[in-house]
Amino acid sequence: MDRYLLVVSTVCFLAALVHTAIELRAGVFRPMRFNFFAVALGFIFQTAFLSVRGHQLGRCPLTNLFEVFIFLAWSVAAIYMLVGPGYRLSLMGAFTAPLVVLLQGFALIAPIDVRHPAKLPANPWLEFHASISLVAYGVFALACIAGVMYLVQERQLKTHQLYSIFYHLPPLTDLFAAITRLLWWGFVLYTLGIVSGFFTGHPLPRVQVVAAIGVWLLYAVILQGRHLRWLAPKRVAALCIIGFSAAVTLLWGITFTAEMNPLP
Amino acid sequence: MNLFCIGLSHHTANVATREQFVGSATAESIVREAGCTEALLLTTCNRVEVYAVSHKRISTDEIARCLMRKIDTDPHDYARPFYRYEADKCVQHLFRVASALDSMVVGESEILGQAKKAYESARKSGAAGPCLHRLFQRAFRVAKQVRTHTEIARGAVSAGSVAVDLAQRIFGKLGDCKVLVLGAGETSERTARALVSRGARDLRVSNRSMDRACELAQAVGGRTAPFEEWPTQCREIDILITSTASETPLLTRDKLAPMLRERLDRPLFIIDIAVPRDVDPSVNELEGVYLYDIDSIRSVAEQSLALRRQQVAAAEAIIAEHVTDFANSISQGLHHAARATEHPSLGENSLQASEL
Repeated sequence: MDRYLLVVSTVCFLAALVHTAIELRAGVFRPMRFNFFAVALGFIFQTAFLSVRGHQLGRCPLTNLFEVFIFLAWSVAAIYMLVGPGYRLSLMGAFTAPLVVLLQGFALIAPIDVRHPAKLPANPWLEFHASISLVAYGVFALACIAGVMYLVQERQLKTHQLYSIFYHLPPLTDLFAAITRLLWWGFVLYTLGIVSGFFTGHPLPRVQVVAAIGVWLLYAVILQGRHLRWLAPKRVAALCIIGFSAAVTLLWGITFTAEMNPLP
Repeated sequence: MNLFCIGLSHHTANVATREQFVGSATAESIVREAGCTEALLLTTCNRVEVYAVSHKRISTDEIARCLMRKIDTDPHDYARPFYRYEADKCVQHLFRVASALDSMVVGESEILGQAKKAYESARKSGAAGPCLHRLFQRAFRVAKQVRTHTEIARGAVSAGSVAVDLAQRIFGKLGDCKVLVLGAGETSERTARALVSRGARDLRVSNRSMDRACELAQAVGGRTAPFEEWPTQCREIDILITSTASETPLLTRDKLAPMLRERLDRPLFIIDIAVPRDVDPSVNELEGVYLYDIDSIRSVAEQSLALRRQQVAAAEAIIAEHVTDFANSISQGLHHAARATEHPSLGENSLQASEL
């Protein structure tokens, strides 16, 4: 039953995606209006799904890969709604929608919604660790999207080929400022997530810890490079994409190994 | 009731012909001389048009005679370049004009202001009555809708505005940008002025002749910088406008690369409007540098125009919808007017309603 909520949510994000594609193809794009409302509606259904699932489980719905993907998609949409309008990154909705559709679409199609036979006991530290880490991933996803937007605009400016989308992108320097802020937010949240992982009361797999610290170090290097001006904005934008890809791979690995070796 | 438009524009007449019909007539004089019930005169550098309402048909020659400056010239000589649109065609033409679809530069913004001014002038003089009032109010609405719902006004189409537009795309607000104008030619002055008009405050002018540099700096509210020091300035500035008469490139990749190391996180926008070029094209390959020469600026302007032309069909669709709707409302108005002749009190109400 709760999956229907998710299907409706995915349709909302898909509507934003299709609408943007049609408008960009026709050379007419009006940011804010449709995209923001479609993403907002999708977000409401996502929240409803997570709430229903949470009540069923009696804990934060992060018990399998399916729920992890949905929680990640929810974080991306939530952060977009917080950041997008504030930083006038309205077109970000057009870039956010495909990512959410991809995450939710995969979660709905793939047979990964495997329920645990026994009801898992609530563990506040574990739930805090998992949820804060996923919100951090959501922020990194937004930084990745902003990075893509930066590279698209940079490329058009360099080649002197300006397409319709160019006129809807935020100024290059504003976009870079948004990337920097998102990286800092994500980094702080991710640090909290890693630290709280040590308080869960369970032994942590060594590979997971090393990989998580590896991702943390990658973002630390990006921020340090940005702070000390070693890295040009274009490289920071590209590294945001690489960083998020690494983070998603790690997330997959963590969830996969957790499902293979469930906690006692 | 006849609603018609008679006029000539850059499509049908050259400037020598157009200027023969500008300046002598007013909307009021057209009402008086041609016997219209309502009239409005729209005059711009590209068109002279009369929108009028009359009970009987008024010939194109009569309107041409009203507009003509030389009263001793035979009006038949001039009637040829005039076009005439009646009823729905007139409505459609005005909607196209107000939406800048009929302009020389499609999507330009001046025409709407000019049309509003012409309407205001006719309204004040009493030449424009309820019919033209409704027509023009609707035209302004259509123009606004076209601008909002299509990309007809998107992108800059002149060299100066392209440069400023690109600067805003890179830096956002130009208030904090440092601009160096290298060479004090006419084009760089125009570009500098355009940047100032969009908020640029820190302008430095560097020129071989210090007098000319002072003159330009004063004109644009900037300050001068000795010509020998311009490479040092490149470390600080965000925008460089260059148009010197140098035969060889002043700025090369080798010269600029060390300076960029100190400003890695800030983009540098270079507008090279000199011919031969002042900046080596390979400079554009450097990270964070956006080099636009006169050809690339022209190419951006052409892309904007092409983008605007792509939007014409969407704009025409909006206009067609409004023309049909307006025609329906007019025929309903006429129906009410016919009933009003039988019941005068009803007529007063419908006129008030139409004016609302």
